Amino acid sequence: MQVRLADRLTDLAIAAFLWAFRLSVVAIVVVGSFLTLTSGKYNVDTWTGLVITGLATGSVYALVALGYTMVYGILRMINFAHGEVFMVGGFAGYFAAVGLSSLGVLNAGPLASLLSILVMMVVAGAFSTLIALLVERVAYRPLRNAPRLIPLISAIGASFFLQYSVKGWAGPGVYAYPDVGVLNELVPIDFVRIQWKQVLVVTAALVMMAGLYVFVMRTKIGTAIRAVSEDKATAALMGIDVNRAIVTTFAVGAAMAGAAGVLFALMFRQINFFSGFEPGLKAFTAAVLGGIGNVPGAMLGGLFLGQVEAVGPTLFLDGLGVPGASGLAKAIAFTMLVLILVFRPSGLLGERISGQRA
Amino acid sequence: MSQLQAETPSGHRVAPETARPSVGDAGWRPVLKLGLLGGAIALYLCLTGIVPIFNPRALIAGLISLGEVALLTTGLGVGYLAARRAPDGPRRALLGATIAGAVAGAFLTALVLLGAAVDLRGIALHASPATYEILTFGFGIPGSWIPIVALGLAAALGGAIQVLPPRLQRPVTTGLMALLVVGLFAGIIRTPMLASPLTDQLGRLLFASEGLTLVGAIVTVVVVLGGQWLNRRLAVRRRGRELPQAQRRRLTLPVALIGLLFVLWLPQGVGSFFAQVVAVVTLYVLMAFGLNITLGLAGLLDLGFVAFFAVGAYTVGLLTSTGEYGIAQWPFWAAVPVAVVLAMLFGAFLGLPILGIRGDYLAIATLGFGEIIRILAGSDLLKPWLGGPRGVTSIPKPIEVTPDSFLAGPLQIYYIALAAAVVVAFVAIRLRDSRLGRAWIAIREDEDVAEAMGVNLVQTKLLAYMLGAAFAGLGGAIFSTLLGAIISSSVNLFVSINVAAIIIVGGMGSIPGVVGGSIFLIGIPELFREFSEYRFLFYGVALIAMMIYRPEGIWPSRIARRELHTTDALEPGDPTAVPATEMGKA
Repeated sequence: MQVRLADRLTDLAIAAFLWAFRLSVVAIVVVGSFLTLTSGKYNVDTWTGLVITGLATGSVYALVALGYTMVYGILRMINFAHGEVFMVGGFAGYFAAVGLSSLGVLNAGPLASLLSILVMMVVAGAFSTLIALLVERVAYRPLRNAPRLIPLISAIGASFFLQYSVKGWAGPGVYAYPDVGVLNELVPIDFVRIQWKQVLVVTAALVMMAGLYVFVMRTKIGTAIRAVSEDKATAALMGIDVNRAIVTTFAVGAAMAGAAGVLFALMFRQINFFSGFEPGLKAFTAAVLGGIGNVPGAMLGGLFLGQVEAVGPTLFLDGLGVPGASGLAKAIAFTMLVLILVFRPSGLLGERISGQRA
Repeated sequence: MSQLQAETPSGHRVAPETARPSVGDAGWRPVLKLGLLGGAIALYLCLTGIVPIFNPRALIAGLISLGEVALLTTGLGVGYLAARRAPDGPRRALLGATIAGAVAGAFLTALVLLGAAVDLRGIALHASPATYEILTFGFGIPGSWIPIVALGLAAALGGAIQVLPPRLQRPVTTGLMALLVVGLFAGIIRTPMLASPLTDQLGRLLFASEGLTLVGAIVTVVVVLGGQWLNRRLAVRRRGRELPQAQRRRLTLPVALIGLLFVLWLPQGVGSFFAQVVAVVTLYVLMAFGLNITLGLAGLLDLGFVAFFAVGAYTVGLLTSTGEYGIAQWPFWAAVPVAVVLAMLFGAFLGLPILGIRGDYLAIATLGFGEIIRILAGSDLLKPWLGGPRGVTSIPKPIEVTPDSFLAGPLQIYYIALAAAVVVAFVAIRLRDSRLGRAWIAIREDEDVAEAMGVNLVQTKLLAYMLGAAFAGLGGAIFSTLLGAIISSSVNLFVSINVAAIIIVGGMGSIPGVVGGSIFLIGIPELFREFSEYRFLFYGVALIAMMIYRPEGIWPSRIARRELHTTDALEPGDPTAVPATEMGKA
């Protein structure tokens, strides 16, 4: 009986600790925002600038998050190597861009630039798909029925393998993405400062997401994917080729991640072998944020995370007098990750498929 | 209906794979496939730079380099597999192996020819003339046919090994392996041999400055094969097992003593660079014992191990440093307990919120923690206390000695780490066999059942997590004195990955696994620059391969082995094995 009491007490202590944790996070956010806003250090232009940056990075996170969420939906595994698939896409796009610029088309007027970027994204998407299918075949398929931790470890292995293969292939240095002049110009509207590349990134992401939505909801293979996500055994009994549905899921996710790799690199203008790790982890955060396994959730989660990351450091921390707040932006994203996993692992929209989580 | 369907166990294979066609039906197709696969691997080895970067190190001086070995091993493996899949009959098997090797070699020839026509360096750093020189064994473009012949011959050798009767197969493979290992370590074995006039001549005869000499290679093969033959004749191991208990116990002590003396002597005999490596390896053994409790026993994959390592390192750094950021200038021995306790408390602080979440999420959440700590340690926010990227410097060594003392430099760290590792191992073993240890293992196997059996999940997990954290803190504390400084860039994700990989590759919950894993995964990359360049590439391959072929690790604990291979677990000759039915009563 006494043991039970001790257990009850520790459980109580843990609950109290968790509430204190929650409250302190809320307090930091509220007090920080209040102090920052009342300090009047920043004007409206600063905030809109931050919001637009957040929108652009957020839509890239959303694209990558879709890959995490779809694979999780169908296999219940965290595809840790997805960030590396994104990075590989960035590299494929880089080599395509170098080729295009040596042919002289990359900067030959707005239409040529746009078409070149389209070519880069297609090349990147195709190459990423190839890599993702290889990884699925070699590292994931043999482990499909293993306990959860085993495919995760294999995925971590695949992630390192891809990173350091690229390091061996292309060297450890940072590659500067070729400049597309048109993208740096401002959109000719008065009330906000917005670059064409931000417009491009957001538009491309929205188009791809809409395409994905149609693909998943309207096509036959999309229906098959949804069916397999619900219940593999029943789907197989209904004559669905489960393997094909899984492979298609990986391919679609990877194609979007590859294209997103190009968009991301166009924004930040540099890539190296490690540049998939952080965006990958953040996109995973976005996927969990939206409720992993949930396709619209991943899109929302990505956009939300982009905003928090862009606006958050200034809004929450600056008012509290934290020095170098923008340097802590990464820490903010990871803190979000931990907080979401601790307090709402089912995400903001809840998990679509219930009852199968242990 | 759907309710019923949802309850079907997800464990069974949904789409059954079609049965493999028997060897005879497939004809030469599998041979060709293996050739293509081998070619892809060989191209990969060249273009990721493994061949050109490994090439400068000779394995047998003047005869063969490590880069060439990498290529030829690919051919050997392709040949070995191709001979097994080829149509029946030894002659056709050999032919199949040779064809597969030649097909693989043709890829390299194509690379050389393509590289001669177009400059590929723009898209692949290592598609350079230097690489082509290696591929053609120095003959350049006119010798572009050489890879086909070389890989074909290597594959033929591989096929021959496959075709050989089993009685001969074993010695050949052992001989080749021995050449590889001894050749790799030749430089390290040579140094102490040259130091003494007694063995100086012998060292020069057998070993070049890098790799074996030809004489050395022959001697190695003869000695290893002779040893194997003797071993089989005398059947040392079987006899040892058949000895009566009392005699066996009498043998244990001298063997243990010899082992102890060897471990104590190790860093003394082999030069200061090697001593540093041995110290780092021992440090990782210590930390791996710690994570072994969290991951190996309780099954919690903690990828944020570095967070506690950082707490330990910075605590000792701040408390003992005589430099700018030092706050107390305590002796090391007073600071270590504080560091360990702090790391443990920190483990409780981080563990409490996250231990409720499920296994794979937990891994990612801890990874997030590790990253947060890394960013904070280098941030402007904590710079006034932790020194930001420049870190805390001037951390004194634990034992103050004169520079010529035998304890100077990394040696004393080695002994301290060794002692700490022994203590940690002892604690880990005792805990494993305790009630708490069994609760951990129960949680690892099935949380729900464990909870139903009365295990308090959060408490039990928290204890595992805190103990792991404490040992990580101890590791960090010793590490900071080894370097004499703790900077934010040494607190990175790779510390966590290193430790996790040691346990996963070596074998979860197994002590020889931890030691072997550390030597293999930390020691070899630290010793050889070529390996350290591709360290995480190998980790990646190793992790995937282990998960697919041997999830219990290379040197698994007896329990894990029994769990995963129930049929062959109970060897009749192994008196220590407890039948599974008795385990429940214990």
